[in-house]
Formats: sequence, structure tokens, C-alpha cells
Amino acid sequence: MTTGGSSRTADPKSAREHARAMAGTRVEAMPTVPAQAAADLPEGVRADAMLWEETLGAGGYASRKLARGTRLRLIDLQGDACVSMLAFNADQPIERLNVADTLKVQWTANLQAGRLLLSDMGRVLMSIVEDEARTHDAFCGPSNQRSNERRYGQGANWTDRPNAQHRLLLGAAKVGLGARDVHPCINWFKAVQIGADGTTTLHAGPFAPRRSLTLRAEMNVIVVLANCPHVLDPRPEYTATPVRISAWRGPVTAPEDPVRTASPEALRAFLNVEEYFLR
Amino acid sequence: MTDSALAGLPKDLLLDEIVPARAPWDHLVREGETLRILDLHGNQAVDFLLYAAHDDSERYSAQNTIAAQQNIFLRTGTVLMSNQGRPMAQIVATTVAYHDTIGGACSCESNTLRYGYHTKAQHACVENFLLANARYGRTKRDIVSNINWFMNVPVEADGTLGIVDGISAPGLYVDLRMHMDVIAVISNCPQINNPCNGFNPTAVRVLIASSEDVRMGAGRA
Repeated sequence: MTTGGSSRTADPKSAREHARAMAGTRVEAMPTVPAQAAADLPEGVRADAMLWEETLGAGGYASRKLARGTRLRLIDLQGDACVSMLAFNADQPIERLNVADTLKVQWTANLQAGRLLLSDMGRVLMSIVEDEARTHDAFCGPSNQRSNERRYGQGANWTDRPNAQHRLLLGAAKVGLGARDVHPCINWFKAVQIGADGTTTLHAGPFAPRRSLTLRAEMNVIVVLANCPHVLDPRPEYTATPVRISAWRGPVTAPEDPVRTASPEALRAFLNVEEYFLR
Repeated sequence: MTDSALAGLPKDLLLDEIVPARAPWDHLVREGETLRILDLHGNQAVDFLLYAAHDDSERYSAQNTIAAQQNIFLRTGTVLMSNQGRPMAQIVATTVAYHDTIGGACSCESNTLRYGYHTKAQHACVENFLLANARYGRTKRDIVSNINWFMNVPVEADGTLGIVDGISAPGLYVDLRMHMDVIAVISNCPQINNPCNGFNPTAVRVLIASSEDVRMGAGRA
């Protein structure tokens, strides 16, 4: 739209000035760059160890490569986030999170501190080293365009009610992956309980603010995160409050680490990783 | 010449095959047609995936199926959903109380975690899925959480889950009516380290049946 003589963007030099004047604007959902300037420094972590700080708003998504040993913390800032996550071996992304193996091998439906996220190659991609929430879901998967359209009237990615399936696809696409790589996901911060008759019951919250979850990369990984309302969230409003992502450098898991030695299955998942990294 | 294995199926039988113990199987099944999988000897897990024939990036989604019916068990009436949230098929009949879709497929690699390194060289469902899918150009990235017909995976109140003794029996079956043209892929599970096959993998029978009105288009409601 032209605005006549009063325009501040009528010629390239004015347009450049106009564009540059925007820098420094602060909004809630944005990254901190460089990460060393992180505002929400984890306790005991030096600023120069920070690798990533970003806040995802409702419908926000991100994908990132994290080196082995990196810690990834998610904080549900206002108690109503739902973070769908995919994970891949960054060195060989054909290896990816296998939700069925993660549950079956560990004999559990509950993802909580001490549990592992297993790949489809019998290795541990990430472990859960701290979890204040204990309300997570490995069963119901991401929302999709049709499910959002039914609940909210809209659900296409370009609307303000984007669906988790498309957000995960976009996050995957930006690291060279595609629709076929959007595997079954985990939904952090929303609990799904399984009844004896198989019924799923969602506990959608809202929960207490600032519950945090910390994962440790046990291999070089790619994570894809999307903060969209849970597919079974019954509320008519599109509800997903901001989540803060923080990642920082950390050591590779030591032989005596209690997560590594928690069960015979866990130990073999770590042994398989350690052998994979032999040089 | 009657065969009780045909009872309740549409009258035109298009296919009737035995899938040997431990073997893969795949076939095009058209919209409106019924695929019956029959547990010949009892408690034989049949690992199962569906891909849309028109675009196989659309495929069965265990998570969307669970979310759509808000239940992890597959029973008569369950609609099998795709990763795009569309109905791919419906269980129009089954003589088993419920089937599994959370347990996934066994693999050589996960067997090392579950049972130890002595099981790495044993045949596994992922091997079957990889070879059956390779015929269509699909790869490991196309393998997602599957259905396990005739397999029993309860979840206890404290969250403990596991594959336990089966609830199927010789002659029990499941009938799927397709809502779109699909490629059905089976791994007749070779697992011998847990009760999913009663520690003894056996053959199953697959049948595809149709009726004239389906072929005339009446099934395309």
C-alpha cells in the first residue's frame, strides 16, 4: 500500500533506516542472541556455557542440533505449555526417537526423572535428569490441521491457531528432514493417564508456573519442539502459554551416573551409545 | 464346500493366502474392501502398518488413532487414523476383545536392550517391515508405531506396562474395512523372547473380500 509523501519507506535508504530502527525491540517469544546474554541463567551454570535461550509463545516452534552432553531445560513459564518433541541422531538422522521402544523397553507409560528417550537403534538419545512436572504424554501425539479446525475453527499453519504436526514438520524441514521424518512424538507438560480399560484421560492443567524439565543429550541430537495446545485439550480457546528453552554445555555421562545404571535395559542402551562413539 | 474362515465376509473373495510364521506380507487393499487377518493357531502377534496408496507420506498413526478414540486399545468400531488425521480403515468386526497399538515392533537392536546381546542375530519385525516397504521405495524413515493384532499390552495403574500372555485363540480374527486405497504391510512376528507369540511363532491367514456394490462405487460413501 502506498502512503504518499509521508511514507518513511519510499526509497531504499529510508526503508533501510526504517528497518534498522526496529532492532532492540523486546517481545515475549524470542531468542536471546548471543545465548551468553541469557536472562534466565540456570543455577550453577556460567554464562559462557550457555548455548541457547529462546522463548516459544503459543504455536511457537524451534529445531536445534545439540552436542552429546548438552543439557536442555524447558520451563513451563505460566503453567499451561504443551511442548511436542521429536529427536534424531544428528550424525545420522535416519536414527530417531522411537516412542514405542521408549515405553516398552523401560516397562512404563511414565516419562519422569531417570528415564530414557530411546532411538530405534537400541541407543539412548536423551535422558531425563530433572523433572518437576511429572505430567507428560507419550500416547496422543501432535494436534493436526483437522483436529484444530474441529476445535478452534481454524488450524492451518498460516492462521494464529497452527497445529503441532505442521510446526514439527517445519522444524524438521529446516534441518533437511521432511514429512516422512515426523515420527510419533512426546508431549511434555500435559499428562495422559491410561485406565484399566485403555481409556486415556488428559490432565490439561493449568499447572503451577515455572515447572521445569531438564534433558541430557546422550548422543549428538537434533531436537524439534512445538508449543501447541494438546490434541485432546477440551478448552474452546487455543491455549498454550510460553515455554522457555535453555541449553548449555555439559560433560558426557559418567560410568557411575545413576541414570546409566538404573536398570539393565538402561545400562545396555548406554553401552550401545558408548560403543557407537568409540574412535 | 464351506469354509468357516469366510463367515461374515463379503461374498467375493479376492485373495486368500497363508503368511508363514516369521514372514512379511504386503498387498494393495482398495477402498470398501475388507481385509481379514485370521489367527490360525492362537496368540500370534501380527505387526501391521498402512500406507495411503495415493501418497505414502500419509500413513497409519497410532497416536492419532489413540487420540481420536481416547483409548489405547483397538476394538470393534475403532477407526484407524492417518498421520494427517483422516480415517484409513475401520475395525468392522473382531472376535478378540482388544488389540495393541502401543507396543511397537521388535527389532534386533531393541532386543539387545530387552533381552541381552545374544538376541541380536534373531529375526525381528523391523527386518520384515524394511524389506516389505523397500518394494515400494520406502525406507526406515517410513516405519512408525504400528498395530499388533492379537497382542496384549496392559497398562497398570502405576504406569507399568508390558507384553503379557495373549487373549487370542485359534480361529479368532479381525476384519478391517478400508476407507481409502491402502498398502497393508504385515510382519508375522518372529519374536521368541516374550509371550506375544506364545513363544512359538505360527502362520496366519489373510483374506481380502469385496462385494459387487463396493466395486460399483456404492462403498465409497
